[in-house]
Amino acid sequence: MADLRTTFASIKSPNPFWLASAPPSDKAYNVVRAFKAGWGGVVWKTLGEDGPPIVNTASRYGALEVGGQRMVGFTNIELITDRPLQVNLDEIKQVKRDWPDRALIVSLMVPCEEESWKRILKRVEETNADGVELNFGCPHGMSERGMGAAVGQVPEYVEMVTRWCKQLTRMPVLVKLTPNVTNILGSARAAKRGGADGVSLINTVNSIIGVDLDSMAPYPVVGGKGTHGGYCGPAVKPIALHMISEIGRDPECAGLPISGIGGIATWRDAAEFHALGAGTVQVCTAAMHYGFKIIDDMVDGLSNWLDARGHDRLDAIVGRALPNVTDWQHLDLNYKIVARIDQDACIKCGLCHIACEDTSHQSIAALKANGERRYEVIDQECVGCNLCMYACPVTGCISMVEVPTGRKPLTWLEHPNNPLRQAAE
Amino acid sequence: MGDAGESAARRLSADELARNFADIHVPLDRERSLIEASRCYFCYDAPCQQACPTSIDIPGFIRKISTDNVKGAAVTILNENIMGGACARVCPVEVLCEQACVRESQEARPIQIGALQRYATDWLFERKLQPFTRAPSTGKRVAVVGAGPAGLACAHRLAMRGHDVTVYEARPKAGGLNEYGIAAYKVPDDFAQAEVAFILGIGGIKIEFGKALGRDISLSNLRRDFDAVFLGMGLAGVNALALEGEDMPGVMDAVGYIERLRQTADKGVLEIGRRVVVIGGGNTAIDIAVQAKRLGAEDVTIVYRRGPDHMGATWHEQELAQTNGVTIKHWARPLRIVAHQDRLKEVEFEYTQLDEQGRLMSTGDRFSLLADMLFKAIGQSFVPSPLGNGAAEPLELANGRIQVNADRKTSLANVWAGGDCVPGEDLTVSAIQDGKLAAESIDRNLRSA
Repeated sequence: MADLRTTFASIKSPNPFWLASAPPSDKAYNVVRAFKAGWGGVVWKTLGEDGPPIVNTASRYGALEVGGQRMVGFTNIELITDRPLQVNLDEIKQVKRDWPDRALIVSLMVPCEEESWKRILKRVEETNADGVELNFGCPHGMSERGMGAAVGQVPEYVEMVTRWCKQLTRMPVLVKLTPNVTNILGSARAAKRGGADGVSLINTVNSIIGVDLDSMAPYPVVGGKGTHGGYCGPAVKPIALHMISEIGRDPECAGLPISGIGGIATWRDAAEFHALGAGTVQVCTAAMHYGFKIIDDMVDGLSNWLDARGHDRLDAIVGRALPNVTDWQHLDLNYKIVARIDQDACIKCGLCHIACEDTSHQSIAALKANGERRYEVIDQECVGCNLCMYACPVTGCISMVEVPTGRKPLTWLEHPNNPLRQAAE
Repeated sequence: MGDAGESAARRLSADELARNFADIHVPLDRERSLIEASRCYFCYDAPCQQACPTSIDIPGFIRKISTDNVKGAAVTILNENIMGGACARVCPVEVLCEQACVRESQEARPIQIGALQRYATDWLFERKLQPFTRAPSTGKRVAVVGAGPAGLACAHRLAMRGHDVTVYEARPKAGGLNEYGIAAYKVPDDFAQAEVAFILGIGGIKIEFGKALGRDISLSNLRRDFDAVFLGMGLAGVNALALEGEDMPGVMDAVGYIERLRQTADKGVLEIGRRVVVIGGGNTAIDIAVQAKRLGAEDVTIVYRRGPDHMGATWHEQELAQTNGVTIKHWARPLRIVAHQDRLKEVEFEYTQLDEQGRLMSTGDRFSLLADMLFKAIGQSFVPSPLGNGAAEPLELANGRIQVNADRKTSLANVWAGGDCVPGEDLTVSAIQDGKLAAESIDRNLRSA
């Protein structure tokens, strides 16, 4: 079995799977259950300043269902922990003592004043937690009070608070980034400049997940009204993958450890995050959907996959896909593929034809052969867009095959149609 | 039991009978319908739609179910097939839409199209919604002979187009085979009459009961008194075995028995044999065999002269018989009815095979089955005499039925025909398509006149 042990920003865990700061990591009861199930680490649900606890609403969650698949997307309007600070700190201390091999990071969110951070960091240190994660990402509720995403959206604040924290504690400092920005590099670079030991992303995305057409209020409905929430779950994975790859290939962020978050539900999802540079991954929605037991396949599956590829450690694949992430202008415009339909696998549904006919390049003919429906690719019309392959309900029936053009690779930078092209060397 | 070996009523308790003749299918509820609808690929130019004799937009209505637009789904169905509710229950979907479903070729598990169609149409009926309205009156009058699926489908479409329709029905109730012929457990709870009421709900359709063609009305008078005539009187004849003793007590035709069964509220009064033999290979043979079993017959055997693939009943129907404990014996035909004290005692059969030219022949071997009831289910035939073909202008026949063109128009001016009395598949859904096509053709004709 491949070795899944990770050391991330000097925090050790037996596997890269951490529970993200969220309801599943709100108290010792849940966290202990997660550790028993095999999770490698936990980011404890965000603690705030000492004083009267936060108050939460009912309801709190909304979900997107697609074609009968529940919770493809998920949203919440829950705030940081609503339990007294000391209760959380006591539990953290006890859990860390009982589970020394697991990563236990504490998520924090206090007002943007150095004194506030100083107070809480001191108390967290006493728990012997492995590190802190600064919650600069929460997009709802707390941001109205000048915290969470309100900080994370201003790179100067990110840098300032990160620097304070680095000066105020010996613990590793992770900065959790909000995706609700136009360019993730602004806050990622700020975290780096502030001395962050790593970044975690993505936090949730600003969203209204749906509208209750009876009460005419957005979900989740609270007494006839609703507010925007933080979107997560499988549907946000593509956004997260893009953002971590941007950080992963940014020279200014070079060497900055990344804990990947966003729609991770399986070992396969995790492998994609690792391939784009994530050292660890954090999971929430999938656990909230199916319980902690999913960790079993995540660990087992990732290990088996690494074994099958001949790797004995997870590190071997971290960042391996990054060199292949590039800008559009560097893609080879002479690369040509066309669709191929496996006629034996074809079930004659016609979806490839109508997708291409109505919305693309009219390159799949609907024919009748011996009274049978038959769909054939018109090679000279096919632009190799992949649409038919994805519309086809039969896995592997339509494949895209390379057609050698005999021409040398040609990018837009050199292309004759580009008025600003660079002279060929 | 004193009556062992003979026919008797009340072989089963009232509870058992109620169970045996209740709905054979559990309807899909909303949850299960949504799950099933989500399996549909929304095929382009869908094979299921092509396989439906009435060309219902099946992917279209299933998509509407999936979005909870159930009314829209029902209207999509009923637009093409006004008896979509009956067809959802009685169509041999396993050889029509569901056989064509691409999921069938992909995973041998087609979308349950019939069940989804039932969900949508039941939804509409339960809410007593009437989605159809009549076009402004044309003042034209059309006579329809027969209030079965063909006649009612024709009448409904004509009424929609603004014509006034009079339907002549020989029996006391409308619905045709849905009311008198289909196995009871397929259309329980008086569904046929509820559907008739829905169809008549559009208005403009008058039914005159107890009026038989050739007895109370004549084709020539109808042609004289109406702007157009549609003939949908079905098949009045029952094929005979041509064996000696065919009229003796205990030997009966399946169609007549089923008609009685369908019209009897207390099924317990029906006498059924302990040992029942059914001769035939079509749906009627299956229907009588299964219903005999469900009335309490002990041994029921269907004997068919050819193999399973030759049977008119689909594989699904054959399985239904077998899971109901009916034995199907293939490759045998009746030779002799044996009586004891003037009553049926046994039936002697000979085994059959195909010769090199593909003709059916005897193998020379024989066997006998004890029977206290023998049902003939070897098909029905069209009886042309009520047409009054002695008249100056005879109606052309083809293969013993009324000849029609693609518009279901007959050889006579202003006369159309459809359903079982014309050549083609004897299916409810085909009859409905006939009626619909004929109505559209009549409408075009009357408007251009």
